[in-house]
Amino acid sequence: MIPLDYYIGLSAILFVIGVVGVLTLRNAIVIFMSVELMLNSVNLALIAFSAYSGDPAGQILVFFVIAVAAAESAVGLAIIIALFRNKLTVNIDEVNVLKW
Amino acid sequence: MNLELVVFLILAVAAVASAILVITRKNPVTSALYLVLNLFIIAILYLFLRAQFIAIIQITVYAGAIMVLFLFVIMLLNLGDDRLLKWKLNSKRTIALLLGLALLGEILYYVMSFVTMSGLSPNSESMGTAESIGKILYSNYLFPFEVTSILLLAAIVGAIFLAKRRISEGPDGE
Repeated sequence: MIPLDYYIGLSAILFVIGVVGVLTLRNAIVIFMSVELMLNSVNLALIAFSAYSGDPAGQILVFFVIAVAAAESAVGLAIIIALFRNKLTVNIDEVNVLKW
Repeated sequence: MNLELVVFLILAVAAVASAILVITRKNPVTSALYLVLNLFIIAILYLFLRAQFIAIIQITVYAGAIMVLFLFVIMLLNLGDDRLLKWKLNSKRTIALLLGLALLGEILYYVMSFVTMSGLSPNSESMGTAESIGKILYSNYLFPFEVTSILLLAAIVGAIFLAKRRISEGPDGE
């Protein structure tokens, strides 16, 4: 039997890889992929807690997280397309109009 | 060391390796394909946890729909240019890496200090089927489910509005 700690540890490692990706990368699309990695690691933790405690609410929550992630990626990629159309780049260092 | 644990460890190493490859590859298409691999591995882990319905949803919605959207945008914008993703280690990135490692240490410290459950709950066997998920979703969680449809509608309208080409911009269209 696999202890619950292993799942939570794997989920934590995947989450931190996503955080480091968001902090270090410069390509807006790959930053979005890092956000998807983080969402996925949280889903894994929710499913693991749900299965080990016998409470189906965790799986329902994952269902809603996946629905929100789909909406988020559609809107986010539309923003990236609009950004590329206006600035001809997806490098976030060159997008500094809102910088004070 | 039983077989289940060995398979879990192999899958965990593969998941971490593919996640690291996602954020270190230069070509965004390669990153997207490694992310698909990562999503499939996590779907297999869901099957380990007896969450069959969520595993199928993960493969169809995430690895199918969302990643196709990503690849479509990457190829639409023609991002073969790999100057953007040169992974040079400068001071900002070193700080980011150290902060990430500190975060990992904190999470693992707290997880190891309070998590004690060691086996799957007995009623988890029938919990992850489409039947039981559907029964709960359409009774206890009916209102959030309906609100999700409004969220998706808002996302559709927003995405079309944002990505639409502005026709009436100048005197001659574009």
